[in-house]
Amino acid sequence: MVKENRVVLRNHGELDPLKIDEYIARDGYNALKKAFNMGQDDVIEEVKASKLRGRGGAGFSCGLKWLFTKQVEADQKYVVCNADEGEPGTYKDRMIMQYDPHTLIEGMAICGYAVGADKGYIYCRGEYPYILDILNTAIGQAAEKGLLGDFSIEVRYGAGAYVCGEETALLASLEGKRGEPSCKPPYPTVEGVWKKPTVVNNVETFASVPSIINKGAEWYSSIGDPDYPGTKILTLSGDVNNTTFFEVPTDTTLREVIFGLGGGMKDGKAFKAAQVGGNSGAFVPESLLDTPIAFDSMESISATLGSGAVFVLDETRDIVDVSCRVAGFFVHESCGKCAPCRIGTTRIHEIIERIGQGRGNAADLVLLKDLGSVMAGSCLCGLGQAAPVPILSVLKHFAEDYDAAIARAGEVC
Amino acid sequence: METVELLIDNIPIKVPAGTTILKAAEEAGVHIPTLCYLEDINEIGACRICVVEVEGYSTLAAACVMPVHQGMVVKTNTPAVRASRRMNLELILSDHDSDCPTCIRNGNCELQTLCEELNVRNVRFEGTKKHERILDTSTPALVRDTGKCILCYRCVSVCDHVQGVDAIAAVNRGFETTIAPAFNKGLIDVPCVECGQCILTCPVGALYEKECIDEVWTAIADKEKFTVVQTAPATRVSIGEEFGMEPGDISTGQMVAALRRLGFDAVMDTDFTADLTIMEEGHEFIERLTEGGVLPLITSCSPGWVKYMEHFYPEFIPNMSTCKSPQQMFGALAKTFYAEKIDLDPEKVVSVSIMPCTAKKYEAQRPEMRDSGYQDVDYVLTTRELARMIKEAGIDFKNLPEEDYDDPMGESTGAAVIFGATGGVMEAALRTAYEVITGKTLASVDFHDVRGLEGIKEATVDVDGTEVKVAVAHSLGHARELLERVKAGSQYHFIEIMGCPGGCIGGGGQPIPTDTEIRDARMKGIYEADEAMALRKSHDNPSIKAIYEEYLGKPLGDKSHHLLHTEYTERSQY
Ligand SMILES: Cc1cc2nc3c(=O)[nH]c(=O)nc-3n(C[C@H](O)[C@H](O)[C@H](O)COP(=O)(O)O)c2cc1C
Repeated sequence: MVKENRVVLRNHGELDPLKIDEYIARDGYNALKKAFNMGQDDVIEEVKASKLRGRGGAGFSCGLKWLFTKQVEADQKYVVCNADEGEPGTYKDRMIMQYDPHTLIEGMAICGYAVGADKGYIYCRGEYPYILDILNTAIGQAAEKGLLGDFSIEVRYGAGAYVCGEETALLASLEGKRGEPSCKPPYPTVEGVWKKPTVVNNVETFASVPSIINKGAEWYSSIGDPDYPGTKILTLSGDVNNTTFFEVPTDTTLREVIFGLGGGMKDGKAFKAAQVGGNSGAFVPESLLDTPIAFDSMESISATLGSGAVFVLDETRDIVDVSCRVAGFFVHESCGKCAPCRIGTTRIHEIIERIGQGRGNAADLVLLKDLGSVMAGSCLCGLGQAAPVPILSVLKHFAEDYDAAIARAGEVC
Repeated sequence: METVELLIDNIPIKVPAGTTILKAAEEAGVHIPTLCYLEDINEIGACRICVVEVEGYSTLAAACVMPVHQGMVVKTNTPAVRASRRMNLELILSDHDSDCPTCIRNGNCELQTLCEELNVRNVRFEGTKKHERILDTSTPALVRDTGKCILCYRCVSVCDHVQGVDAIAAVNRGFETTIAPAFNKGLIDVPCVECGQCILTCPVGALYEKECIDEVWTAIADKEKFTVVQTAPATRVSIGEEFGMEPGDISTGQMVAALRRLGFDAVMDTDFTADLTIMEEGHEFIERLTEGGVLPLITSCSPGWVKYMEHFYPEFIPNMSTCKSPQQMFGALAKTFYAEKIDLDPEKVVSVSIMPCTAKKYEAQRPEMRDSGYQDVDYVLTTRELARMIKEAGIDFKNLPEEDYDDPMGESTGAAVIFGATGGVMEAALRTAYEVITGKTLASVDFHDVRGLEGIKEATVDVDGTEVKVAVAHSLGHARELLERVKAGSQYHFIEIMGCPGGCIGGGGQPIPTDTEIRDARMKGIYEADEAMALRKSHDNPSIKAIYEEYLGKPLGDKSHHLLHTEYTERSQY
């Protein structure tokens, strides 16, 4: 039976988040002190050696990102924490910020020291207003105790746009501009907020760092999948018994998550599909449930680990209807900058809606696939590139559901 | 400079590091289609038409913004690339009011051209939803049609980065996004200066001038009316482009002939009042310089600039020359001096101007511009509108025999024609001011320091021992930069500002396309026209001498004050 391994969530429920002394009593800020006594390059080397990869969805090497930022010559650098957490079904970052804010602050401060940045921002999801006081109290306490050195952190809020989780859009929004992504390069590591070199990492990524510095890269890299080591917080929702969160090693399989920790399907119904990684993730059929959640394993089945959301559907769910709603989400969240996403998301939704209403035909399926693959390849940012992923996945794994809907249309005529 | 080697469609090519794939491909002789891209102004990779395959990348790259790197392998013609370009065009077409035959840009539309280039034969999204169509006709000069807009952002970029006006931006998001003034208001409600640079950048028919072709046809056909037309300096080096001539080709004589064939009763020249402007403004400058008036004196010929100043820099109102623009001087005289001279009831005079400019339409409608007792200029046609009328009338423009302007407001000097290019008003003023102040004849009338497309030009001229410092800015972004320099303490005696890049030759009413290369060619045409003139100084113009003797008296005299000078109004930004 698979077990949780709480690295990031080690303090969850064990302390009062507003009392820094309780965090300190549990080894808190030791990693930062230790880092201050290491060279900047050594800190980066340690993080690199841990093979920690971004937990925000793209899975880029955390140590490399820090190294690139450190290497750029600039009079000012920044550390930005992506706490936009817009992916439906995901609340792992909130768990960290709400119940153990100091872990995040410590991780950011270690990063600031390593890359030579004295200013950090937390860009927080607009729908989490109650986190502001917790974060500011914690930041204030750490600063008052002089634990952060010359590093300071400011919390800024998003205004509810999903796309502002995409790092370039986030930085634009942080600067007070319209939250629109821009083409990379330049990458934020070279030209980030206020055009200065900037590390952008997810909350969970930063929160993994203190343990890595405390216990060492070797310890961390031996947990879970060797190419995407460590743990991952998953948030489970839908038709499973335990709709809650778990932190598991990255070699845990989807089946272990859903039928082990998740307690299996509700009301004894049969499993139909699981959408993994949030709304932009693929729908995985029963036959692929033995895939480990690790980044590359998921990729090998044309899925993504993404934010770590696992949304489970039972046999009674109408896949065409579900995918129509997913498509509707992207209609709502497209920023409108690039043509294929701005128009393509609406067209995908129109086509699926038509099929669902019994007005579809076989040519619609061809068009959906053509449009989906063009969007995946040619949209400007990850939003538009990922928007067709769930749709293409259902067309592949649940083609019979779509065929049935189209056959119904034939009957209507 | 560091160079990198790469392969584009198997063609090896060496370019400086940092070059975009698009530019590198050009070097390699490979054409990559673009739509939203506008060099130096809009490089945002938004339309996704220029996508190419780059080895090792999981997604396609936008060639217009993607920098090359050593060993890069680029493929511009693969099934995925072709499918993406066509699909993206289909998507754009599915959200575009494709009423091409009646579109103002029919035949000169980048979207049309691309569909032809990329063999788009059908749009597989027929009958689907389109974004909201708003037809904004709130200003005297511009029309904004969001139904045609393809959201390339070029207009937004030129308005913000080049003009520094920032009147329009993306409003709403996703499919509902429109390019609009804040809160979806009309252009009249925001500090749009109606310069029309957005029109020049628009690839489709989403932005265009408010036409008055039909009103002018009606006036011409009306036997009771006497139509007087004036032609701005910059139109003579650009209108030929509409008829297959090269930018900068001088077609003054053909234009005069065409206007007569269209039926105008008198064809005269804005260049005449450009010379008159120099007399008035030159003396205004001399007066301020010698008697201690507010300096620097700043020119007021460009209505886009004037409106910009009123919105953003009203503190410079005392610096502004009180001279009306040449268009408005002409208008005021057409219904007074000219009407009297040919014994016409001014009420019967319809005064039309041919302008490289859209803001002139706005200027003509300013309430101050009625010193004749009537609206001084009734209709303003852009260069493009005149070309449309000539085409409608079936006139073979290129092969027309050249004709001369009518008297008494048709004669001009080289100093007037250079009004059409940035620096020209300054140069013309210096030619006259120098000779009037010193009583000497200039050895050379050419002031090269104030010519050319550099954003801000400065020069010092020795006028009998007095060092006169002048500066010239074109485009409102550069105007802002120059005014900020003045506010920070830079001292000048005289400043020329033109609202559009390149001056009037790059005006918002000029033929499309208008780009840097074309501006340059038109500018060359302007200076050629200047050199070809027998007279090159405004004060030498016999018709100017005559109008002062017969009618106006002297520069800055009472009559001038009444007819040729104006005032300015502070305007809010919001
Ligand atoms: C549409 C979109 C939404 C995203 N939303 C988030 C988000 O809410 N939180 C996050 O950490 N990363 C999000 N990302 C990923 C970020 O762009 C970026 O890769 C990440 O913040 C980098 O941090 P990491 O390396 O620690 O994962 C999003 C990406 C896209 C394309």
